Amino acid sequence: MASVELKSVSKSYGGNTVIRGVDLAIRDGEFVVFVGPSGCGKSTLLRLIAGLIPVSDGEIAIGGEAVTDVPASKRGIAFVFQSYALYPHMTVARNIGFALETLGLRRDAIGAKVAEVAKLLKVDHLLARRPRELSGGQRQRVAIGRALVRKPEVFLFDEPLSNLDSDLRMEMRIEIAKLHDDIGTTMIYVTHDQAEAMTLADRIVVLNHGVIEQVGTPQELYHTPKSRFVAGFVGSPRMNFAPVTATGGAPDWSLAGPGGLALAVSVSGNRSSPATIGVRPEALSLVAPEAGRLSGMLERVEDLGHEHFAYVRVAPETVFVVRVPVRPTIARDTRVGLAFRDEDLFLFDEGGLRLDHAASHERAAAASIEERAA
Amino acid sequence: MSVKLARADRRAAWLFMAPMIVAMLVVAVWPLARTFYFSFTDAYLDDPTNFSLVGIDNFLEVLDDHTWWIAVRNTLVFTAISVAIETALGLAIALLINQAIPGRGLVRAAILVPWAIPVVVATKIWEWMLNDQFGVLNQMLIALGLVDHGIAWTASGTLIMGVVIFIDVWMTTPFMVLLILAGLQMIPGEIMEAAEVDGIPAWKRFWSITLPLLKPAIGVAVLFRVLDALRMFDLAYVLAASSEQVMTVSIYARNRLISFQELGIGSAASTWVFLLVAFIAILVIGVLRLDRAAGEAA
Repeated sequence: MASVELKSVSKSYGGNTVIRGVDLAIRDGEFVVFVGPSGCGKSTLLRLIAGLIPVSDGEIAIGGEAVTDVPASKRGIAFVFQSYALYPHMTVARNIGFALETLGLRRDAIGAKVAEVAKLLKVDHLLARRPRELSGGQRQRVAIGRALVRKPEVFLFDEPLSNLDSDLRMEMRIEIAKLHDDIGTTMIYVTHDQAEAMTLADRIVVLNHGVIEQVGTPQELYHTPKSRFVAGFVGSPRMNFAPVTATGGAPDWSLAGPGGLALAVSVSGNRSSPATIGVRPEALSLVAPEAGRLSGMLERVEDLGHEHFAYVRVAPETVFVVRVPVRPTIARDTRVGLAFRDEDLFLFDEGGLRLDHAASHERAAAASIEERAA
Repeated sequence: MSVKLARADRRAAWLFMAPMIVAMLVVAVWPLARTFYFSFTDAYLDDPTNFSLVGIDNFLEVLDDHTWWIAVRNTLVFTAISVAIETALGLAIALLINQAIPGRGLVRAAILVPWAIPVVVATKIWEWMLNDQFGVLNQMLIALGLVDHGIAWTASGTLIMGVVIFIDVWMTTPFMVLLILAGLQMIPGEIMEAAEVDGIPAWKRFWSITLPLLKPAIGVAVLFRVLDALRMFDLAYVLAASSEQVMTVSIYARNRLISFQELGIGSAASTWVFLLVAFIAILVIGVLRLDRAAGEAA
């Protein structure tokens, strides 16, 4: 068990900087998820923590000890790879026990430890098989077993579920969460899947172009994203955005946008003017054209059984997604209105930073009560 | 699939294979069959139309010839030693240039040069460098004070086999390097990283991971080289013509066939060469389990 601390960690290849001055403190026993679009540097950051690649600048400490110059094998970490990276010519039992062989353990001691881990991960009936005789999910379990058997201080997962089909992904997600509950080891988990991040993480680290956009609990990221980037990344389907023109002066602005949008907002704490509005699909509802805050043409409805997504074109290049609980009876190519509550409105300035407004405080307050209750 | 479609598919398959089958018949099956047939006759090269069947007499005569057994021994010695050195050297060099060292591309290109030079040319170059009076190698040895007069590398009985092996190693190690390097690059990097995180020491990573995963690639490379070495002709012939010290089975067959004009006995010797190569090839495939190794790497 150990904390992990990064102090202005940077990594560059030649002139190409992929990680820029990342500061991060991960508490002992915490489950932290790195998310971000591909190429944001999340896997690189994980490999820097593992010691698989050296940092260009900055310091890393694990369990309070500086490990910046310590090789991967001495950092007390275990790494689970996206490709599982099992040794193809060894049986499952030897794959799990291989690291113990070099520790000078006796054969029966290794066997006992392997059996214990295999039982925990429900692969004990597969010990004599080779990796190629296993399914993807079984391979993933063996890879986790290989990490587990060394009793690491910190677990590092690099997109461990992205090669699995969606059913299995869900199942393994729950098992990894359970594993964390059981052993309580610090875990750092990289994924590009925001659903995985939301369900697994104690805290999520959102990365963009090698810098941390925001660190926070899943609820914080959902309710009070710092920027348009985070707002767009957390939540599925993603938040609807529309450009607006602001008139007036701080703190009171009149906003005009697509689909006949006209709003009066009172921005607090920041003097810059709103340039974009955002509303989540689940905060929107379909109403009569004149009853909504904006209106557009209903283009299509996706029916997922338990929920439905309506696609409404509010401007030639802007489509809003609306989550509706029951299948709408409205015909396609009909004009519909979209309604939302004031507290569900997000405002972003020209640089993409979120602006607080009068009603958004209510939402933040409600979210923190919700979180405390949980 | 309907019967009609299946038949059309089969017809297309035969159509595509036809040129290959014809080529094989003309360049492989026909000459082989002719050789095999002549090996049962007493034909001479000056008049191959005039002969009579003599049964297996030719095969027995080859086995009875002391020179044939010298050639067999030379061939086996040459094959075993040269392939062993080439494999060890090839593995070492492949491991080296698989590392991300600066100028790796240049090294890779440079290492291929000996392999790109025709055997006869390379042999002639080395023959000159090894010349006892004018050779650059002897000049260097004398200059360094290691010897006081030039060594006759290609004249001495024991040295010349060493020279043949040396030139072969120089020429064909690049081939080994290339095949083993290809095998090395097939090993996923994440497996090595996993071993690194697991704290496996470098020697054990090599012994327990790299080497077993390389086995199929090394096996194929060794098989190719063994087959090539067993029928080696040009190198020894250019260097020493028909000297018994480095005479290979191919040179023996060629001498009986061309120098002595004995079409029947030459053909029988050629057939023995074919059988010898086939036998050792099967042995190598069996020992290295190459037939199974293909699935192993997946």
